[in-house]
Amino acid sequence: MRYDLVLRVAAKLLIPFILLFALYVQFHGDFGPGGGFQAGVILAAAVIFYALIYGLSAARKVVPEPLVESMMALGVLIYAGVGVAGLLLGGNYLDYFVLDADSVHGQHRGIFWVEVGVATTVSGVMLKIFYMFADRGKVDDES
Amino acid sequence: MAVTVWVIVRNRNLFAVVILAGIYSFLMATVLVAMDAVDVAMTEASVGAGISTVLFLGALYLCKSEEARPLHQPWLPLVVSVAVGAVLVYGTLGLPEFSDPAAPIHTHVVPRYLNDIKREVDVPNVVTAVLASYRGYDTLGETTVVFTAGAGVVALLRRRRKDREP
Repeated sequence: MRYDLVLRVAAKLLIPFILLFALYVQFHGDFGPGGGFQAGVILAAAVIFYALIYGLSAARKVVPEPLVESMMALGVLIYAGVGVAGLLLGGNYLDYFVLDADSVHGQHRGIFWVEVGVATTVSGVMLKIFYMFADRGKVDDES
Repeated sequence: MAVTVWVIVRNRNLFAVVILAGIYSFLMATVLVAMDAVDVAMTEASVGAGISTVLFLGALYLCKSEEARPLHQPWLPLVVSVAVGAVLVYGTLGLPEFSDPAAPIHTHVVPRYLNDIKREVDVPNVVTAVLASYRGYDTLGETTVVFTAGAGVVALLRRRRKDREP
């Protein structure tokens, strides 16, 4: 599949739109359907698509494995960090009302960062699982 | 959907089964859209039809593409699954009608969410507001579960690769 011209060009055309759609789902999740989980999966799907067409090593160059692994942990830390930020500002854990002078804005801010955390972890985990699976096939081939 | 399931059960070519499972997920997503659960439908379409199909194909690459003949007739699992299914169907008989406004779920916390969300959170998508704000702890737990699952896969598959190298 790596040298198929039609697939390569089609993928090049599609991937920016998939990434854009992931960002739309992420940031428009407050208004329409969607949110961090779906956005994370779509983001991971874009990279997996790239890996399917251009090969795993090319995808590893774009999204290196250490980055993926740190994304897995970083998302949970962002989410938990929002809770700690609420504590430091004098509220309860995961209490968003204190994150801004206006409590409704504080809610918006809290939801935004929480969704960022969810998307980061989900896309990291999905990509890591895909990398591990695809990698095992390769190891089997070489041995 | 029933046709898809029947073909999946009868078919011995695993590649066809994987693709049919993806089709089943898309059908399920349309059912969820018809039931006004757009967020869940989106997740079903992207995870069920997208990522898991790719992962299944990756697993298929590692093994034979024809399903092996079972060694014995699977009568006991069949009886167990039919019994569990019958119990679940019996359970749904006790549920209130679909979209019945007097159902217990609509009289407990739902009015509180729907009435106060405009004032407290002001996010048009109630699902997002409930998940991220009112049920923040649950979503934190879910994110941690996803992280733990990923860490578990990493731990399992990576040890295997190290065993192979020396």
